[in-house]
This record gives sequence, C-alpha cells and structure tokens, in this order.
Amino acid sequence: MAEQVRDIKRRIRSIKSTQQITKAMEMVAAAKLRRAQEKAIAARPYAREIQDMIQRLLPAIDTIHPLLTPRKEHRVCYVALTSDRGLCGGFNGQVSRYTQLLLAQHQENAVIIVGRKGRDYFRRRGYRLLAEFVAVGDEPTVAQTREIAQALLDLYNKNLIDEINLVYMEFVSAGKQRPAVAKLLPLEVQPASEESEHDLLLDYFFEPEPEAVLDMLLPRFIVGKIYSALLESKASEQAARMIAMGAASENALEMIDQLTLSFNKARQAAITKELSEIVGGADALRG
Amino acid sequence: MAEAQAGHRLFKMEIITPERVVLEEEVEGVVLSSPEGFFGILRGHAPFIGGLSIGVLKYRKDGKLHWIATDNGVFEMSENRLRILADAAERGEDINVLRAKEAYDRAKQRLGQRYEDLDHLRAELALKRSLARLKAASGGV
Repeated sequence: MAEQVRDIKRRIRSIKSTQQITKAMEMVAAAKLRRAQEKAIAARPYAREIQDMIQRLLPAIDTIHPLLTPRKEHRVCYVALTSDRGLCGGFNGQVSRYTQLLLAQHQENAVIIVGRKGRDYFRRRGYRLLAEFVAVGDEPTVAQTREIAQALLDLYNKNLIDEINLVYMEFVSAGKQRPAVAKLLPLEVQPASEESEHDLLLDYFFEPEPEAVLDMLLPRFIVGKIYSALLESKASEQAARMIAMGAASENALEMIDQLTLSFNKARQAAITKELSEIVGGADALRG
Repeated sequence: MAEAQAGHRLFKMEIITPERVVLEEEVEGVVLSSPEGFFGILRGHAPFIGGLSIGVLKYRKDGKLHWIATDNGVFEMSENRLRILADAAERGEDINVLRAKEAYDRAKQRLGQRYEDLDHLRAELALKRSLARLKAASGGV
C-alpha cells in the first residue's frame, strides 16, 4: 500500500517536471513566433518592389527570357519547407504528406527538401531527393536563402527540372496553418496593377540595357520569394509548436489532477488499513 | 522662403534590402555607385532603371552629407521617387569600424596568397565590401 502511494507520488513529480518543460517551450515558441512575424512583415517591401520593377521593365524587353518561359517538357519539382526540430504538432506531417500527394501526380516529379524532419520523412519512404538543405535554424538568413536559390536556378538552367514549386505551411493565424503551393519557376509575373500601369507610360532609360537589368532582377526576385516563404514557414512552425505545447501543458495538468486524486485515495486507504490493523490488534489483546 | 526653396529640391529615397527597409528619407541629392561609375541624382531626374554596385552611396539632407555602404543591387528613379534595392546596405554611423577593418585585413591577406580562382573572386568581393564599409563609416574618405 505504502509502495503504491510512493509510486503515484513519483509519477506526479515526473509529470510536473514535464509540464514545466512544455510550458517553457510554449512561451519560447510564442516569442519566436512574434519575431518570425516581424521579420516576415519587414521583408515584404523588397519582394513587392522587385516584382513591380520587373513589371515596369518587361515592356522594354524584346527577347524571351528563359526564366519567364514555360517549357514543353514538364518535370515538376516540389521544394518542401519543413522544420529541423519536432514537437510542433502536425506541422511537418502536414507539409510532408501534402508534398507526397503532389509527387504522386506524376512519375517524373522530383522533390527537394528544406529541414531535417522532411528529409527524414522522405528518406524513410525511399524517395530520392534532388537536393536537401538542413539546419536552417530559427531565423533563416538571406545568405542561406541565396544558397538555396542558386541551387534551384542551377537545376533549372541545366534543364534537369522544368518547373519549381514551393510547398510550405501558410500562416493563416496563430491557431491555423495550412499547406500551400507557390510556383517559383518559370516566373509568372502578375498583370500590372493600376499604379504600375501608369508607370508603364513613362519612358525609362536603362543602364545597362534592359535585358541585363532583367538578369539582375530575376534572381533577386526568386531570393525574395524563397525568403518570404521560409519566414512564413517559420512563423507557422512556431505557432504550431506553441499550440501543441499549450495542449501538452493542459494534458499534464489534467493528469496531475487525476493522479493527485488517486494519491489521496491510496493514502486514505493506507491509513484506514493501518487503523483497522491497530484496532484489530488491540481487540485481540483484550480478547 | 528659403525653406520653400529647399522643399522644392527634395525627392524621396528608399533603400530596401531583402530583410527590411533600411532608410526612407526626403533628400536633396544622391550619388551612388553603379557598374558604370558614380551616378548623381537630383529632383526631376528622368525615369531611370540601373545597376547598383558595391560601394558608397552619398546623400545630402538638410545640407548635411550622409554615407551608406551598399552591396550590389538595382535602383529606379521615377517621378521623384528613388528606390534602391540592395542586397545589403548599412548606414555609415551603424558600421562597426573595427570589424570592417578586420574584414579588410583578412581579405587583403587572402588576396596575397594564391588560391583557386573562386576563392580569389570571393576575397576580392570581400575586399570591396569591407572597403566600402570603411569609407562609409569614415565619411567617404
């Protein structure tokens, strides 16, 4: 009996320490989520300005740029953005499963993974990864992004793949993220907005010539797009982790309550038993 | 009156990197580094799109000069709005001179040795960048 009481006590202590960890992780994730969101917002002007500039530039371009032209062959590559670390609920599972579905659509589809969790997922299932990037960390840098962008551009320019899509968890709110696909290459420049429509009427001077300027802009546009997606994926990861750890802390609390109840019951039973033994003993002596 | 005249000469300059907007100011004049050389911009400049290179950007505001170290990029001037999209940019007063000097020495030393071509190119770029940062930190000299 006393042993059972001690066992329960030990379990309560163990769950309490787990709860402390999940609570701390929840708070850390909340702080990192805010940081990721701030960075994502700060990065927006660059991506927008590059896109606008390309739009204003295109009317001056006569030749067809390879990065803007869809190809006849269609080997589609999906770049899945996952995390390096777990304990973030369904985050990695959702991106990976979604990517798997996309890959299953065509035999020639190829896959590139960012993040350890996604890499492990696809390796376990025997997929051949065209490239992999791990240890991106909690705050992706532009330098890391350039490395990824360069590798993708190389594969594309060598005609090893004909289309590149990013698959990542879109950040809807702290409580909601969903898998999303964004086409990276060939670039689809959206139709000019009204404001830039007006700018098209301006007669621009270019130095160097427009084609050379476009060559400078396009890789930077790709870097901007990947960087935005990486930051959004990070925000989603931290949000998912925050929610998952919050739920874990809740569950721990529930378990502690239940175990405390069992603990008290067991203790009560032990006392009752001891008492009845003493009373029984006394009765026997008197007998 | 003098103020009105000054306002007449102003135009908007934005320096934007992939991470953030580094600077957004009403300025009187800008000189930046382009692959073709220094490029001066004043209010009323014709619509222009050009390349930005590693170097020092200088601008005047309220009669005072400011320096910024820029990496490669592109810039656009249209309707009195100058947009500079740089791979990196750092205001002169924010630059850690000691670190810039270290980077400069390191790049210089690496250039002294004979390595593979790629390393050579990278060291050259590092030298250019650190030199630009040193210049921007010390007021363009």
